[in-house]
Amino acid sequence: MQDHDVQPLHLTRRRMLGGMGIASLALMSSPASAQQTVDLHVPGGPSARIITTSYPQKGRMILQRSSPPWLETPFEVFDKGVFTPNDQHYVSWHWANFPGDIDVDGFRLTVRGQVNQTLSLSLKDILQGLPRFDIAAVNQCAGASRIYADPRVAGAQWANGSMSNAIWTGVRLKGVLDRAGVKPGAIQVRFGGLDEPVIPEAPKFLKSLTIDHARNGEVMIAFAMNGEQLPLLNGFPLRLVVPGWCGVYWIKMLNDIEVLDQPDTNYWTATGYRVPDTPHNTVKPGETGFKMVPVTRNAPRSFITNIRNGDSVPAGTPASARGIAFGGDCGVARVDLSIDGGKGWQPTQLGADQGTYGFRQWQTQFALPARGAHTLMVRCTNTKNEAQPDFRIWNPAGYLYNTIETTHVVAA
Amino acid sequence: MPRAVLPMVAVLALVLLPHPGQAATITTLKSPKLDVPTSDAMFPAGPGSDAINNSCLACHSADHVLNQPSLSREAWQEVVNKMITAYKAPIGADDAKAIVDYLVRTKGAS
Repeated sequence: MQDHDVQPLHLTRRRMLGGMGIASLALMSSPASAQQTVDLHVPGGPSARIITTSYPQKGRMILQRSSPPWLETPFEVFDKGVFTPNDQHYVSWHWANFPGDIDVDGFRLTVRGQVNQTLSLSLKDILQGLPRFDIAAVNQCAGASRIYADPRVAGAQWANGSMSNAIWTGVRLKGVLDRAGVKPGAIQVRFGGLDEPVIPEAPKFLKSLTIDHARNGEVMIAFAMNGEQLPLLNGFPLRLVVPGWCGVYWIKMLNDIEVLDQPDTNYWTATGYRVPDTPHNTVKPGETGFKMVPVTRNAPRSFITNIRNGDSVPAGTPASARGIAFGGDCGVARVDLSIDGGKGWQPTQLGADQGTYGFRQWQTQFALPARGAHTLMVRCTNTKNEAQPDFRIWNPAGYLYNTIETTHVVAA
Repeated sequence: MPRAVLPMVAVLALVLLPHPGQAATITTLKSPKLDVPTSDAMFPAGPGSDAINNSCLACHSADHVLNQPSLSREAWQEVVNKMITAYKAPIGADDAKAIVDYLVRTKGAS
């Protein structure tokens, strides 16, 4: 098996399912010259990443880290529609120790802690015993686009593809908590999955929500995305879906729900994933003296998907621009395009609303007046009237970047 | 999130329309039995490479580090400290220094 083969997805997937042993070897042994790479165009580098097809149930992905896997969605996928195909939905794990082999009959989801009755739910209980619903929602890593931080910061060097949109199918977390019976005095709900740290003393990956958030009727225990069971690497058999909030809360292989009457003190909730408590969570490099708070909701973002940096566009004649946007923790109100580096803005036409928390397509026509270099920019304003900022967002850990995107083109 | 209730009805209706029946179709799940690739790639040989190979690869592959930007000594020291204090990497003081030196030599920035 060779990584540089560009295969139709169904072929790739069949190959993956049939020949994983070989695929694992190929990932390591392919000479660099035989591997297809992508250039992420980051000043200071390293910019090149391997395109891999070696991961189970996954098609072409940008290999950010082999283990535990960080697989980024190639950007061209976002031009094809608002729903990201499951086999190109991005992948991010904190700990390498998670099963590849899950017995659906033996699997149990435990609900415990400050509840009247501890539950041990089978997958049959969840799929056949509780009302289900669908919700479209973007799963985006808090560290999305960190590679473009200036100055650079350590962490997963995601470009713009650590975000993916799906229609999730599952049951309401509220319904499950109601079945267990939350006791008075409960303040948070903590979620854990089957993944374990390699080093036993290391902090197990856990995240918590407030009890009110957990019971808002939108937070989902999902068993399907885009009509199919979850790919293993996206959290099979169950994952938490927290619409509008960063992916770090979307616990994969969810098997433990603990209702707490004290604030969660585990590392991932109490210490990790922190941003400055400043407008847009931005500070100056080297600045000190600000309070740190947890990352929570997504911020509005938008992208041009059919024109890339450096593309040539005809001068003086109408051209099409299109792309995707999302509002963060609410819907998209408008998307505007600038063809003069942000001085003037023109409205675009929004595509069908496929769900408040999902991607929304936008499109418009524009004409560049003269030959030469031009700067396109796209700006989302959400239904809370919050627009993407035109200044560069920076914070020490590179979280929640949502600066207006810029695309440099040449009119010819 | 009190805004959730009314909009949800609209959201569901819109989501369901273009994908009729999707929520209703799955009633059972199939057990996957899959191998997830790992990596046995080592860090480029040089002073300190033994320390970084022995201390870091148990939890993450080398490409985690090789894909990082060039960082200052202070920033690399902070990364190694975080691995030890937050993530409990069992790294002694001598190895920690060798690892920071390796990182500064191979991926350093002033």
